[in-house]
Amino acid sequence: MTEDIVIVGGGTGGTVLANDLADRLEPELDAGDVRITLVNDDPDHVYKPVWLYVPFGQREPEDGRRRLQSLVDDAVDVRIDRVTDIDTDAQQLRYHEADEPIDYDYLVLATGSTLAPEEIPGLAEAGHDYYSEEGSEALREELLSFTEGDLVLSVVGTPHMCPAAPLEFVFMADDWFRERGLREDVDITYTYPIQRVHGNPHIAEWARPIMEERDIEIETFFNAESVDPASETITSMEGTDLDYDLLVTIPPHRGIDLIAEAGLGDKGWVEVDKHTLEAEAAENVYALGDTADTGVPNAGSVAHYQAGVVGQRLASEIRGRPATATYDGKTLCFIETGMDAASFVEFDYENPPSPAPPSQKLHWSKLAYNESYWLTARGLL
Amino acid sequence: MSESQIEADETVDARGAACPGPLMDLIGKIRDVDAGTVVLLLSDNEQSRTDVPEWAEEAGNELLAVEEREDHYEFYVEKS
Repeated sequence: MTEDIVIVGGGTGGTVLANDLADRLEPELDAGDVRITLVNDDPDHVYKPVWLYVPFGQREPEDGRRRLQSLVDDAVDVRIDRVTDIDTDAQQLRYHEADEPIDYDYLVLATGSTLAPEEIPGLAEAGHDYYSEEGSEALREELLSFTEGDLVLSVVGTPHMCPAAPLEFVFMADDWFRERGLREDVDITYTYPIQRVHGNPHIAEWARPIMEERDIEIETFFNAESVDPASETITSMEGTDLDYDLLVTIPPHRGIDLIAEAGLGDKGWVEVDKHTLEAEAAENVYALGDTADTGVPNAGSVAHYQAGVVGQRLASEIRGRPATATYDGKTLCFIETGMDAASFVEFDYENPPSPAPPSQKLHWSKLAYNESYWLTARGLL
Repeated sequence: MSESQIEADETVDARGAACPGPLMDLIGKIRDVDAGTVVLLLSDNEQSRTDVPEWAEEAGNELLAVEEREDHYEFYVEKS
C-alpha cells in the first residue's frame, strides 16, 4: 500500500520539506511505497525577503520568483491547485480542481501568512507596505520621489513575517536619505504595539539606542486603530495621533481560513506542540513555518529548520520507528542596519539573541545568502 | 468564579505563549469588543505582570484585578 504525504503550501517550509523527504525516503519512493504531493496555488515559489529592497530600487519582485517545479525533486508530485476543505477525522482533503476528496496518511500545513489591512479602517487605502509584491512596487513609486516630510513606519499587528524587517526598513531609510543629503528634510517615526521597539527584549534593547542616535522618532504602545487618508493621520487605540506624508505599515497578518474551518486553530495558525510540530487537534497533521503557532518568529530560517524536523519525524513514522527529532526554536536572522551594514542574531527557545556588532561583512553575508537561497529551497543548503 | 468575584465577558487564554504574545492577544481582543466589556487574560509569562498594567494604563483601560494562580496569572481588564 502506498502511503500518501500531502504538503500544502509551496513556500520555504513546504518546498524544503518536499525536497528533504524526497532525499530521505528515496528507497520508499522508488518502490512506490510512498507518494509525496506538494500543493501550491501559484506555479511560482516566492522568496519574500527580496521585497525589503524593492522600495529602495535595489531589487525587482521577479528576483524573488522561480517556478516551483524547477526547485522540487522530480520524485515529488507538484500540484498547482487550491485545497478547499480538510477533514482531519476522515484524513481527507478536497482540491478546487478535483471532484472527489483525496485521502492522506500524513498532512503538513505550510500555508503561511496573508495580509489583512482591511481590519484597520483606512489602512488599505492609505498605507503602503513591503510585505507583498504589489505593495513593495507601489511603495517604490512613492519612496523614490519622496524628498521631504514625515515618513511613518507603523507595525500594526504581531505576529508578522520577519520581525526584524520593520527595524531594517527604518535603518535603511535613514541611511538612504542621509546618503542622498535629504535626511534633514525627512522625519522618520517608528511605531510599535508594546512598550519596546521589538517583541524580543534583547533585540529591542540593542535597537533602541541605534534609533535614538540616528534621530528615528519612537512611538511605543501604539496600536493603530484607524487611518484617515484625507487628513493623513494615523490614530492609535492609546489615543495618539500621528501625521504622515508617507505611511508605511506592517499590516495585520492572518493565516488562511481553511485552518480555522478545519478546527486546527484560530486566525489561520495551527496549534501545535512547539517541539514536535504536531497539530494539537488532529492525528497525523503537522504544521511548520508561519502556520505553526510556536511563538518563534515568522521567518524563513524557522521554516527551514522546522522542515528538517518534520522530515525526520515523517521518515521515522513511515518506517515504523519512534519519531525522536524535535524543534528547539532555532532562529537565525540577518538584520540590515543601513544600506551597507548589517547585524546577525541566532537564538532558540532556551538561549536569547545577542545581536552582533553591525558590519559591512554581515551586510554582504545577507545579500550573499539571499542569492544562494535557491539552494536552500532545493534542499542543498 | 475568581476570588475577585469579577465576572469576565471574554477570556483570552495565552498560557504557553512567549512574550509579547499574551499582551498582543489581549490587545487583539480589546480591539474587537465594546466599551465596558471585561476581558480575562490568562498568562504564565512573568513579563505580563509588567506589560499588561503598563499597557492598560497607557490605553486608558482599567485593570480591575490581577490574580495569582498556581501556574499562571489572571488579568481582568475592562475596556474604557
